[in-house]
Amino acid sequence: MKYKSQKVAYMFFALSMVLLLLQIVYGFIMAFAHAGYDGLHEIIAFNTATATHKNLLVVWLLSGFMGAAYYIIPEEAQRELVSVKLALIQFWSLAIVGVVAVAGFHVGWWEGRKFLEIPRALDYLVVVNVLLFLGIILVTLFKGKEKTTTAMVLAMGLFFAALLYLPGMIWFDNQSMDSFFRWWVVHLWVEGVWELIMGGILAFLLIKLTGVDRELIEKWLYVIVGLTFLSGILGTGHHYYYIGAPKYWLMIGGIFSALEPLAFLGMALFAFAMYRKGEKNHPNKIALYWTLGTAIMSFAGAGLLGIAHTIPQVNMWTHGTLITAMHGHLAFWGAYAMIVFSIISYSMPLMTGRKLYDKPGAHYAFWLSNIGMIGMTTAFAAAGVAQVYLERKVGLDFMVSQNALHVHFWVLIGAATLFTIGILYYVVNFFKHGMPTDEALIDNK
Amino acid sequence: MLSKNQARLFFLGGTVVFFLIFLALSVNTVSSGIPKKTHSENITEAVVGGKVLFDENNCMGCHTIFGEGAYYAPELTKVIDRRGEAFVKGVLSSKQSWALHGRKMVAYDFSEKEVNDLVAFFKWVNEVDLNGFPPEPDLKK
Repeated sequence: MKYKSQKVAYMFFALSMVLLLLQIVYGFIMAFAHAGYDGLHEIIAFNTATATHKNLLVVWLLSGFMGAAYYIIPEEAQRELVSVKLALIQFWSLAIVGVVAVAGFHVGWWEGRKFLEIPRALDYLVVVNVLLFLGIILVTLFKGKEKTTTAMVLAMGLFFAALLYLPGMIWFDNQSMDSFFRWWVVHLWVEGVWELIMGGILAFLLIKLTGVDRELIEKWLYVIVGLTFLSGILGTGHHYYYIGAPKYWLMIGGIFSALEPLAFLGMALFAFAMYRKGEKNHPNKIALYWTLGTAIMSFAGAGLLGIAHTIPQVNMWTHGTLITAMHGHLAFWGAYAMIVFSIISYSMPLMTGRKLYDKPGAHYAFWLSNIGMIGMTTAFAAAGVAQVYLERKVGLDFMVSQNALHVHFWVLIGAATLFTIGILYYVVNFFKHGMPTDEALIDNK
Repeated sequence: MLSKNQARLFFLGGTVVFFLIFLALSVNTVSSGIPKKTHSENITEAVVGGKVLFDENNCMGCHTIFGEGAYYAPELTKVIDRRGEAFVKGVLSSKQSWALHGRKMVAYDFSEKEVNDLVAFFKWVNEVDLNGFPPEPDLKK
């Protein structure tokens, strides 16, 4: 760690870890309900569990991105954050808004809009919070000695992520219109600007871990984020096939969705090329595992499993089935959960001075969580394909076909158990690092 | 070989061009596409009332509508065609958890006005042109 204020990242990472564990609990509640055991129905109905599961994901990932920015921006800009006190205020307000939102879901304070269930009154607090965050990051960056490409791409991603939250706050009488703009937020986040954030963090990590020349890494970073927007913006069309929007979206969405895996393929090839080119003597091997892992798993989950059902002729049958859950789980895990884990694994030893990266637990965490998530994805795929055939192709009643899928949810629960053990190893390892300390500061010169 | 400046130009130029195309298509979709396909002139006060209830109770947290939502309960886009109005009204006003084939729905016990609003909403949804979704089962005997 080079600057004292980087320590503030720890708070955000710790919040991420706690919310992730809670997210997993709600995942299990839903999986058991799908398998026929909905004992908690009266207390936590399925719609409460799913809103909680999805929003905890969004909040812990955002908290991870914010932590990453607080760690990376001072180092890239070569100065302390402009205010640690404001960053801490921003942290606590984020935590409070997050907790209030999740608690609210349990008493019916929500909006039934997938991924954007946080009620509009709280949305305004989210906006204030994010503006404060952006203020701290951008002022630090512009007062800094350097404005590196890595920092600019990361800051740009964060800025546009905040801006794109706004279309989701407009009220529409028309369900199709509502859905149209909901995807401006959700799609343009995960298949657009969040990839800038991911790319920025990835470039930072590759520079640090491989020692390859910054100019080279940043040149390819531009190419990759360029490919992301080239395909991802019009790729939004794959959400507009069957929601009451014009037919031209079938062609536009189909063509550009087919290009979307290119950006992820580019990212994977880039990460491996840099690794092979670089020196292989960085001691934090586990951070490198996560960094290369995120590049591969995002290509598999977001890229390949995405195109598996965004072709209009396929999507006609799979739209609104568990096939979406298959893609969603591996995509979020590979692209965003793993990049947050990468930056945490890289930065924790540097913030605390404790080098826990060679411990077996860190490796168990990596392998068990990844194998578990691949198993979960496979279970969702089997359930999804079976659902499409039974319900959509053969025309069985929804619940008759659902009752035939129980076995896949037991497989899901088994794989999720493996995944959870991996995550527990990761979280325990995280907290074993202890608190960050100024003693871990290294000479800046 | 590609220089860093060329790479930056590719990124900024590409983003601006494709965003402008997206914006133009969105303007067309919002101004004429969606209103025509959804018969927006048929959105009455009751339909809006139904949509508000649909949102407030997070129906999308179990069901899908236009194929969007969660995958725990039936797709509702064509529910009026599939089940008929009387069945839907029965489910919505039930005082006990509806559990056809075992999976429970929250017992909402909606008032008569609320039930009528939701039915008006589903009837409007039923008529939206979804480019052929949901498809007819093609392996049905």
